[in-house]
Formats: sequence, C-alpha cells, structure tokens
Amino acid sequence: MSERNNHGTIRQINGPIITIHLPGVRNSEQVRIGELRLVGEVIALRGDEAIVQVYESTEGVRPGEPVETLGQPLSVELGPGLLGSIFDGVQRPLEALFARTGDHISRGITLPALNREREWHFLPAPELEVGMRLKPGQRLGSVQETERIEHHILLPPDRSGELLELAPAGEYTLERSIGRLRSADGTIHRLYLYHTWPVRTPRPYRRRDHSDEPLITGQRILDTFFPLVKGGKGAVPGPFGAGKTVVQQQVARWSNADIVIYVGCGERGNELVDVLETFPKLQDPYSGRKLMERTLLVANTSNMPVVAREASIYVGLTMAEYYRDQGYDVVMLADSTSRWAEALREVSGRLGQMPVEDGYPAYLASRLAAMYERAGRVITHNGESGSVTLIGAVSPPGGDFSEPVTAHTKEIIQTFWALSKELADARHYPSVDWVGSFSDHVTTVARWWHQEISPYWKRRREQALTLLARDAELSRIVNLVGPEALSSAQRWELEGAKLIKEGVLQQNALDPVDTFSSPQKQFLLLDMMLTIYDRGAALIHLGVPVQELRDLPVIARARRAKQTYDSSQSAELQAITREISDEFARIRMEYAKFQERAE
Amino acid sequence: MSAKEYRTTTAARGGLLTVSDAPQIAFGDRVLIRDHRGHRRNGQVIRSAADEVLIQVFEGTDDLDLENTWVRFLDQPMEIALSPELLGRIFNGLGEPRDGRPPILSTLHRPISGSAINPAARTYPREFIQTGISTIDGLNSLVRGQKLPIFTASGLPHNRLAAQIVRQAKLVDQESSFSIVFAAMGVSYSDAQFFQEAFSSSGVLGNVVMYLNQADDPPVERLALPRSALTAAEYLAFDLDRHVLVVLTDMTNYAEALREVSTAKGDVPSRKGYPGYLYSDLAEIYERSGRIRDRHGSITMVPVVSMPSDDITHPIPDLTGYITEGQIVLSRELHNQGIYPPVHISPSLSRLMKDGIGKDDTREDHPRVASQLYALYAKAQETRNLASIIGAEELSEQDRRYLEFADQFDRQFVAQEEDEDRSIIETLNLAWELLSMFPNAELTRVSETDLAKYHRSGD
Ligand SMILES: Nc1ncnc2c1ncn2[C@@H]1O[C@H](COP(=O)(O)OP(=O)(O)OP(=O)(O)O)[C@@H](O)[C@H]1O
Ligand SMILES: [Mg+2]
Repeated sequence: MSERNNHGTIRQINGPIITIHLPGVRNSEQVRIGELRLVGEVIALRGDEAIVQVYESTEGVRPGEPVETLGQPLSVELGPGLLGSIFDGVQRPLEALFARTGDHISRGITLPALNREREWHFLPAPELEVGMRLKPGQRLGSVQETERIEHHILLPPDRSGELLELAPAGEYTLERSIGRLRSADGTIHRLYLYHTWPVRTPRPYRRRDHSDEPLITGQRILDTFFPLVKGGKGAVPGPFGAGKTVVQQQVARWSNADIVIYVGCGERGNELVDVLETFPKLQDPYSGRKLMERTLLVANTSNMPVVAREASIYVGLTMAEYYRDQGYDVVMLADSTSRWAEALREVSGRLGQMPVEDGYPAYLASRLAAMYERAGRVITHNGESGSVTLIGAVSPPGGDFSEPVTAHTKEIIQTFWALSKELADARHYPSVDWVGSFSDHVTTVARWWHQEISPYWKRRREQALTLLARDAELSRIVNLVGPEALSSAQRWELEGAKLIKEGVLQQNALDPVDTFSSPQKQFLLLDMMLTIYDRGAALIHLGVPVQELRDLPVIARARRAKQTYDSSQSAELQAITREISDEFARIRMEYAKFQERAE
Repeated sequence: MSAKEYRTTTAARGGLLTVSDAPQIAFGDRVLIRDHRGHRRNGQVIRSAADEVLIQVFEGTDDLDLENTWVRFLDQPMEIALSPELLGRIFNGLGEPRDGRPPILSTLHRPISGSAINPAARTYPREFIQTGISTIDGLNSLVRGQKLPIFTASGLPHNRLAAQIVRQAKLVDQESSFSIVFAAMGVSYSDAQFFQEAFSSSGVLGNVVMYLNQADDPPVERLALPRSALTAAEYLAFDLDRHVLVVLTDMTNYAEALREVSTAKGDVPSRKGYPGYLYSDLAEIYERSGRIRDRHGSITMVPVVSMPSDDITHPIPDLTGYITEGQIVLSRELHNQGIYPPVHISPSLSRLMKDGIGKDDTREDHPRVASQLYALYAKAQETRNLASIIGAEELSEQDRRYLEFADQFDRQFVAQEEDEDRSIIETLNLAWELLSMFPNAELTRVSETDLAKYHRSGD
C-alpha cells in the first residue's frame, strides 16, 4: 500500500465532477483536490483516468493542479460528542467551522468532526480483563455523553483480538488511548474513545430481529391510523408546502426514540436553525430532558454543494447505526430523499450515463432500496437489541406521485404518509390523506395498543375509517344532487366524519397543548368523537333532528378538547365523554316523554 | 492579469464558445472576448480541460466568427466592485453602469457567485414586516430575512403589488425603511419604466440599487444578474448593517435563459427541457436571503415568478415553492372580478409567519384569527362549488352564510386600494368584522377569550 503513488494531477473540471490522472487510485477512495485541497471521492475509473466527485465548489480550480489520495474511503468519526452537534454533509462540525471561518463556508478546511480537547469520564466495562479475547464491536466501557445518554465505547466492528491493556476509570480526551489490543496477525492497535467507519459500508450486527413495538410520535393520524414500528421504514411524500418538514420535525420532537438524527438534505437553512434554536429549550415528554441531548443534525442545505447531498444521507445513517450498535432505538429523518436522488442524477448526467426515467439513472431504484435497507431492528454484537427507523421525505415535482422517486420509494417502505395539497390548502394539518396513505404495521401494533391502552382500539380505529369512507361517498352524492337528498342518518354520518377530522385527525403542531398527544389521549379523543356519533345515531333513529344534536354546546367542547386538555388530563377527557353520554341520555328521555305526550 | 490572448476558438453557438489549447484555465474564471469588430464581450469558464475550455458568453455568441475572435483569460472570478455609492445607481447584469455614470471605484471586490451561508451562522427570522396589505400581513405574514415569492401570470398586476410592497414595507411602529435591491431580468421597457417611476415618485430612489436586463438585452447576462444583485445586497446588509429588500423579477426569464445555455451545453434535461440542476441553481440564489448571527442587517427577498400557462406545477414555480419560505399566489379569477390585489389565499402560504406574529409582535389573537379565516374560507369555497352545481337557492341557511362570507371576504378583506396602507391592527379588526358573521359555536379555531374580547355578535 505504501508503495502506491499517492499523487496525481487534474485533467478536467466540469462543475463538481473532476477528471484526474492518478494511476493505481481505487474506487471510493477519498482524495484532496488542487491547491485548495478540496474534499472529493473517486466514483469511477476509466483507463488511466479517475472520475472524482467533489464535495465543495470547484471554482478557481485548474487543470494541472495536484491531487492526493488519502488511502481510505469517505468515513465518519464515531464517539462521544456527536449528540447536540450539527455537521455538514461530510461530517464537518459546522459550529467549529463557524468559529474558525465565519458566516460563510470556506473551502478546503478540514476539521475533525469530534472535539479533541474535551475530556470525558471513561468507565471501563467491569466484565473485561486483560488477556481476554475481544469480539468485533465489543463494549469497552462507557462515558456519559449527555445527562440522558450513556455512550458505550465499542471496539470497531472490524477489529478483534486479545486485550493487552485497558485504562482505569478517569478523564480522557479522544486523543488519549484507553487501551491496547493484539489482533490475530500480531499487530498491536491502540484503542480510543472513538473510531472511524466508512459511510457506504453498513455496520455489521449479529442478526436481524423483527420489530413489533410501535414508534409513538404523539401525532394522532400517524400513531392511530398509519403506525410505524421502531426499526421500520417510512416515507412522507407531498408537494411543496404540504407539511413534510413539519411532520418530520414533530417526529424528531415527540417520538419515543432514544436518539434522533435529522438530516437536512438539500432543504432550507432556516429549517435547521429552527431545530437548533428550539430543541435546546424543549423537553422530551418521556425523559424530561432537553431534546437537544438526544439529537444530532446533518446539514447539506440546498445552496451547499450538490454532491455532498448524496453523501449526507450515508453520513447520517452511519451515525444512526453506531448508536443502534450501542443498543439504542434511533430515528433518522431524511428531508428530502428527492434531493439525494437529484444529486445522483446530477452526477450520472455529468458522467454521460444513460438516463432511464426523468433523467434518473437506471440504478436509482436499487440505490434507494439499499439505503432504506440500512434501517431495521437488530441484535447487536453485544447481544442487545437496537434499531434504526428511517423516515424519508419525498418531494415529487408538481406533486405527482407517479414520478420515479416516489414510485420506487413506495415499493420499498412499509408506512406511507401521503400528504395532500387539497388538505393543506384548506389548512387541514397534518395534511396526511387517509385514502392515499397506508401502513403495513397495523396488525403488529394492535397488540401493543390492546395491552397498553384499550381493548377497543382496533375496533374504534376501524369504525373511524369506515366513517371517513362513508363521508367520501356521501359527499359525492351531495355534490351531484345537493344535501337535501340525504337521509338524517346519512347527514349524521357526515357530522360524525367531521368530528373525526376536526377532533382527532387535525393536529396543530404550533399549539403548545395540541402538538403532542400521548397514546392514551389519542384513544380518548377518538372514543369521545365516536361516542358522540354512536349515541347520536341512536337518537336520530328515534327521530331527533340532526340540527338539534349538532349545536349542542358539549359537542363544541369536545371539538376543542384536543387543545384544551394535555396528555396528563385523561380524567378531564373521560369526564367530557361521560357528559356526552349523560346529555344524550337526557335528550333520549325528553324525546320519549315528548312523543308520549304527542300520542 | 495575464496578457495572453487566444485565437484558438473552435466552436461558437447558443451562447457558448469553445477555445482549444488554453491550458491551466481556472473553472469559473472571468473571460474577455474581442469580436471581429473589436467589440468587447464578457464570459465565464464553465468547463476546463487541458486541451479545451468552454466559455459562457454573457452577450451571446451571435455574429461571432472563429477566425477573428480573441479570448483573454483574466485569471480572476466574476466579481463586482462594492461601495456605499451603489445606492441610487443602475447597472447591467455584470455590474457595469447603465445610467451613463462612471463605474463604481472601490478596492472592495467580491465574487458574484457568493458562498453558502453556514447554517450554524444563521438566526431564525422572526420580525414582522408590515406591508399594509391584509392578505399578506393578516394571513401570510412576511418577516425580516424571509424569501417569499409572488406567483403570478401574464396580465396580472404583480408589478403593482411588488411596487406597493416596496413602498409600504416597514416594521411596526418604526419608520426606518428598507434599502432596496431591484433585479430585473428580461423585463419589458415599460415595466422597467414603471418601477423607475414608482421608486422616484415615492422618493426612495436614492435608496435603491437597480440591476437591469431588458427583454431585448442578451439572455445569458440574466444568469449573472441576480448573483450581482445579491452580492450588492449582501454587502449592504452584512457590511453596512442595512435591512435590504430584494425584488427579483421575473425569475421565469432567468430560468429560461438557464435552459437555453444548458441545452446548448448538452446537459441531460429533466422536466420540460430544464436541466436537472435547476433546483440547486435557484436555491443558490434564493438561499442568499436571511439573517446572520451577530449581524444587524438582513436580506428579505420577494421574487416574482410567472407561472407559464397559469400552471403552478410548471417546473419554475414548482421548484421555487420547494425552496422559498412560502408563496403569495395571484389569481386570474379574482383579477377578472376587479379585485386588487388578486391574492388567492388558499394556495398562498408563509412558513415563517409562526414566530413573527402574536402577543409580542402583532396581537395575541393573530395566529388563531388567521387559522379561523382559512378554515372558513376553505368551507366557503366548497359551498361555492356546491352552489354552482345545485344552485344557491337549494342551500341551507347555514351554507348561505358561508357564501355571503366568501363574498364579503373577497370584497372587503382581499380587495384594497393600491395606496391603501392598512396597519396590522386594522387588518385584524377587519377580520373580526367578518368572523362576527358567524355564531361563537362555529368559530372553534379561536379561543373563548378571543371571542369574548373581539367577537361582535349582536347578542
Ligand atoms: N401540523 C401542522 N400544524 C400547523 N401548521 C402546519 C402543520 N403542518 C404544516 N403546517 C404549515 O404548513 C407549512 C408548510 O409545511 P412544511 O414546511 O412542512 O412543508 P413541506 O412539505 O416540507 O414543503 P417543502 O417541500 O417546500 O419543504 C408550515 O410552515 C406550517 O405553516
Ligand atoms: Mg420541507
């Protein structure tokens, strides 16, 4: 390896794609380009030339300038200090970069992703002894990364051997060794609090495991109607402004994951700032700790170099797998996978590859599938259970779901939260369309809901969906012949559907109370609306006019209940449902009396 | 500056010039071209290999011949000179004077391509800008540092609306106005004239920098124009601490110029012949707006985007909507009814409104009032559709109230005079007048407190 020539020259610059002359360079190897030493990666070899994609703007670069290979593929640093940080698409720490170079991103700067000065309190794993044989990925000890997260220090998954030395408990920086290991071939390796891993190689684990625990997001239409499991794959497609980012940020805020990785891939700078400014102030409803303590951000905004967009997803995934390997449930949000796909298209176009659909290369579908395949629940090398849930936003041109990225994604994922422009325009948020969305996990999570929340969950859920379907049918009739054509029972069905939509499905992310609903609250609201519908339907059957029921003050209160009572106020919610029953019983009595008198 | 001139041009078409045997030329560098009549043209290197360089010529390649074209590589990026003297001036897309006055003299030059703002350097925009226009202030509020385009179509009064925003925009309770950077690409002579008069009659001309490329000017220059304009805007905002309002019109002309050049280059097209990188290219422009930590100034951007054939899903408005922080959509239907400004609220959106309104910024009821008006208007639109099918007579009394609401809303809330500058409080009070057409029970998006305070029910 050391005999290899590491230096070459630039032959051509075509935007982010550079052709170099460097015999012996390998595919996927990282290179430094030109006098500015821009970061790049070899993506193809052709004769004595190599094609490099460059993660920074290539303005000012000339043919003839030098190129150097780094001998390793694009990799990330994995160790304590990741949480709470924001990185760019190739894991440069943006806060440190800001301190070093100011407002705008300068080129050719290399800074280590993890802080080298900070000291961590390391506790060696008590089960380890010098002379033991360590397996790949074995736990060496831990440091408290944030108040909430205990960070397990792992042996790199491609390393094993005899433990020669393990440091005692104490303060260590990332530069200070915490031990030594002799591998089978006799080489001695120093061990540190961190290691590196190539982003395009999925991290290994002992075996896959099945996922059956729901990922609770606190969003009613997601958890109750189109659930996702921990370790699942989900997609949020929708036209611009439909609410994809809000859905993703809500999941980042309120889901019951241990770790959240938010990848802003080709989207707005201000959306990342929003997370950076609000998460340190918000409390996670499960642990009571600040949200930022479990969150890390990867940012390649739409104005940052296109090809780093492609890398950013893998950088995020590798960090997600690393926390999974420590036994955590990780959620990774990718906003937006369409920008990732466009980066692929951009590169393939510049390479002159044959486009197949809308300019996308033939390998789009397989790359997408391989990316989502890195999600899942696994048994780690240490025998623990960990998971990566991957939720990708999809931004179809013109909102057309038949375009390649949306169509291929739909084939891969199990939960599809389709956002609708019509609902968003009517300010029905989240604009998840109950007709176009689906989840393959309903039966799986039904057991959880049955045990933890209510044995009636499945029935209530189905009843609500039936009402919504009836609503669509009846509205068609109204639009053809007018409302007068409907019977009172049918008009009551419309009212019932309206209650489900307003009282349950619509959820205002900006309202401090409504923004999060515990599973309990979700069920109680659903039950409340359906109690109104059921009791009302019985009365209508007896001849009570729709009008009389619709304007009951208790119904107006029921519709406001979601923003009036928070998740801890189950008793209050149940009280409203009881009041509804009482009120309807009273009407029933009165009506019976009235009819007796009439007779 | 390298003095060497090359006469080795091998191809010239579609705004692109190929030069062979010009080694070691930097990608993105500025180029001077002398044509057979001795006239100067400007260019930029867009592909560089040892044996061949591809140049984009801003004045176009019409009338070039390969024998008598001299090319000089200036060994510097495309840049413009910056100084406070920019204000009050008019330039072309390359930053050359168009007003007959001398060029800007300054030691400060910056490349027009700019560089990406570090997301960690931004602060979230949250200061409400009052434009005096109810549909914007009340329902789709603009904040300092936002990019909020106007989606329009031919024949709609987007110019008048843009000019009204420029005239009226201010922070509540503050007179301090904005510095204006006005970037016009491919606009007609009369439109250019309209804006110049609008600025001078409102006395802001001394506070405006104009970058102007008219319909009969070379299209390739339109690719440089917004970049020059934004380089000036960044200087005014982040060096001189000013609050800058950038109007870009019309981005559709810009995108068409980009398509022209990309087609000539042979780039793989995606939708409607636009290159796959149109999204990133537009984002490089739009994302230059914003606020930066520890800086006083800001860049607020109002791009005007025409929707070809009134189609909002056309790639240009579509990709713009995917980048900007909302959009104000103009409607032909409202315009034909004589309503100015014809803002169609349903597809309009301001994503940054949430942090700029409410108790400390406008008034406590503002977010809920906006949400309530939207809900009612959506329902009213459904009712309008129903009425058009079955006839208004067939509607229930409740439904007829929605029809009445929609009409009042369009005529009183949406419509206003071109010189009518409504305060946000006036806008909100007007909203409550409309909300008061409904009984309390139907207004579930406002709070009980709001109702007690503002609802004007007869009872
Ligand atoms: N649950 C919600 N509650 C309240 N407002 C919402 C909700 N969802 C969406 N919105 C509103 O819709 C706006 C647009 O949402 P968002 O930015 O998530 O759209 P998007 O689908 O990500 O669009 P783009 O593709 O352009 O990024 C938000 O700024 C917010 O005003
Ligand atoms: Mg988004």
